[in-house]
Amino acid sequence: MSDRTNLPVYAPLGVGRLQGDRTFPAAAKIALADGQLRSNLRSATATIRAKRANVVGEVADWEELRRAGEAIKASTMASLDTLLIELERNVVANGGAVHWARDAAEANRIVTGLVQATGAKQVVKVKSMVTQEIGLNEALAAAGIEAFETDLAELIIQLGHDEPSHILVPAIHRNRAQIREIFLQEMPGVDRSISDEPAVLAGEARRYLRKKFLETKVAISGANFAVADTGTLTVVESEGNGRMCLTLPDTLITVMGIEKLVPTWTDLEVFFQLLPRSSTGERMNPYTSTWTGVTPGDGPQSFHLVLLDNGRTATLADEVGRQALHCIRCSACLNVCPVYERTGGHAYGSTYPGPIGAILSPQLTGLTGDGVNDSLPYASTLCGACFDVCPVRIDIPSILVDLRARHVEAAKAASRIPSGERLAMAGVGWAMAGEKRWQLAQRGAGVLRHSTRRTTIRRLPWPLSRWTASRDLAKPPVQTFRQWWATEHEDPS
Amino acid sequence: MTISARDEVLARIRSAIVTAVSPDVPRDYRAGAAADVELLVDRLVDYRAIVHRCAPAGIAGAIIEAADAAGIDRLFAPPGLDPAWQPSDRHVSIDDGTLTATDLDGNDVGVITTCSVAICETGTIVLDGGPGQGRRLLTLVPDHHICIVLPEQVVGAVPDAFRRLDPRRPLTWISGPSATSDIELKRVEGVHGPRHLVVIIVEHVPGSNSAP
Repeated sequence: MSDRTNLPVYAPLGVGRLQGDRTFPAAAKIALADGQLRSNLRSATATIRAKRANVVGEVADWEELRRAGEAIKASTMASLDTLLIELERNVVANGGAVHWARDAAEANRIVTGLVQATGAKQVVKVKSMVTQEIGLNEALAAAGIEAFETDLAELIIQLGHDEPSHILVPAIHRNRAQIREIFLQEMPGVDRSISDEPAVLAGEARRYLRKKFLETKVAISGANFAVADTGTLTVVESEGNGRMCLTLPDTLITVMGIEKLVPTWTDLEVFFQLLPRSSTGERMNPYTSTWTGVTPGDGPQSFHLVLLDNGRTATLADEVGRQALHCIRCSACLNVCPVYERTGGHAYGSTYPGPIGAILSPQLTGLTGDGVNDSLPYASTLCGACFDVCPVRIDIPSILVDLRARHVEAAKAASRIPSGERLAMAGVGWAMAGEKRWQLAQRGAGVLRHSTRRTTIRRLPWPLSRWTASRDLAKPPVQTFRQWWATEHEDPS
Repeated sequence: MTISARDEVLARIRSAIVTAVSPDVPRDYRAGAAADVELLVDRLVDYRAIVHRCAPAGIAGAIIEAADAAGIDRLFAPPGLDPAWQPSDRHVSIDDGTLTATDLDGNDVGVITTCSVAICETGTIVLDGGPGQGRRLLTLVPDHHICIVLPEQVVGAVPDAFRRLDPRRPLTWISGPSATSDIELKRVEGVHGPRHLVVIIVEHVPGSNSAP
């Protein structure tokens, strides 16, 4: 066996969308200055949080379901190789074809080739995170193939030449007035008298897309789940655009990350209960389609499944971080995150925003010590709300802490010049190691009390200004513990 | 020799999972629930489906009532739908496998089907393409879907449905009419699937042999 397979292979940069062009703090600064964005996000996340809490509250065995979901995913990862082979066998036995892709570029080549083989110049697409991750639309465009997004939010993003900012509601950063403007400017044949009522806007999207559904011969989808023991694929959706794509075209191409697997059909009963309530806050989403290979006389007669690695095996190799692969993309963690609620999804730079993105993106691309994604594990207050709502109990805070440590290791390895943080930590270490030194340091810090009349210190001089740039510092107390102890235990004599 | 993507990905997985442990899956969540038609009705109405309840003899009448209320001019049905349910004074075209999406497209088009399972707790009806349910196209393109639910098809909870369904068939799980929440997370009924879902719940008649 070659050594090559023992080293983690990360997702390549420069193709697809797993890393932005600026660090999280730099991107967040821009987002925070946008008052409209903050108001759109505040109202949307507050709505969805309340809906989720309501429908989760009515499920008596919610914790039992979460623990089952967590264990099913952990056991899937432990036998992922044999389960994928079982899935492949069952898909092929039912008339489908299975393709394997090491990374984004290879997946794009495979899909482009499959579309070209049909002769089609247009494809319709079901909302899919993974095809954004690999930049499939751009790859198809380069080959002269036009891809039409059919999910309403994805359509808004595509028409607006914008980037998605939320897993479930990619256009969460747009309000109705902005969406109406996008339709008026970009949608061919738009009715110019439309109002900004959501029902009117949805009706206009229906009219525009129906023609595409009826005339397009190739569809591309992602998958919410694949079932190894039956070869069944699943798309969970609301609008019916998924059903259109899965039913009307002659050819269906499904791109799926290798982790989106469950071992048995019965396992799905857990996730069909967890996902809709966590995601849209509904007891059940309007439509779920499941299909196994090809059904003669019903739906696409040609079915291709593309299985994608793109950094997933590198993530799988990490004992702490591999939990990130349990994610079922519900987006509950985004909706409760105080950081996401303020910055929105674009600041994360990746297809996967929010708390799950902060642990998934850097693991897929790898931590280099000075990379843009190295900033993501710090995009959190570690408050733990994400873990509380995660339907498969991914311990996001612990993974964030672990990734921070790995970032520091990577940074140390990447540079021989110590960073300011390392110097500061070494200094504190030295001061704390000697009793006299520590006493002196505490007395020195006490001087800071006189620097401000506020209860917190907002700005320290350089180089400590890097600490206070995004944090308030508690003012040192009037008396240190040691001073208090000394006065309380004074020898009465 | 170049290694195939399949072999390379599988080799990467094998070296990655050397340290992975497979936990036992706790199955102490509820395995099911008793069927509760009142709950089913409540859930369907919550999704803004239109619900009719009738005795088996009243099905045809309920279809006419629903079709007239919705302004449906053209009615379609899959093969295998009980002819006794079809209104005698309306023409119902049976799908012979050649109907296209264009044939079924229109705001005045309705399709009548039954289902495989109806789940009370979530208000979900599941179609499996069997007799009386038809090809997926048939319940997707028309603007109106009229679904007849028989007493023996009603189950309590999601796990009950899984025990009855065959994954090898193409399944469509339907919970209310097509909807979106993509604009400001406000729910809007009616995007690409049927914008109107009518569910005719057939009451159990004591003494009949259709009891579950």
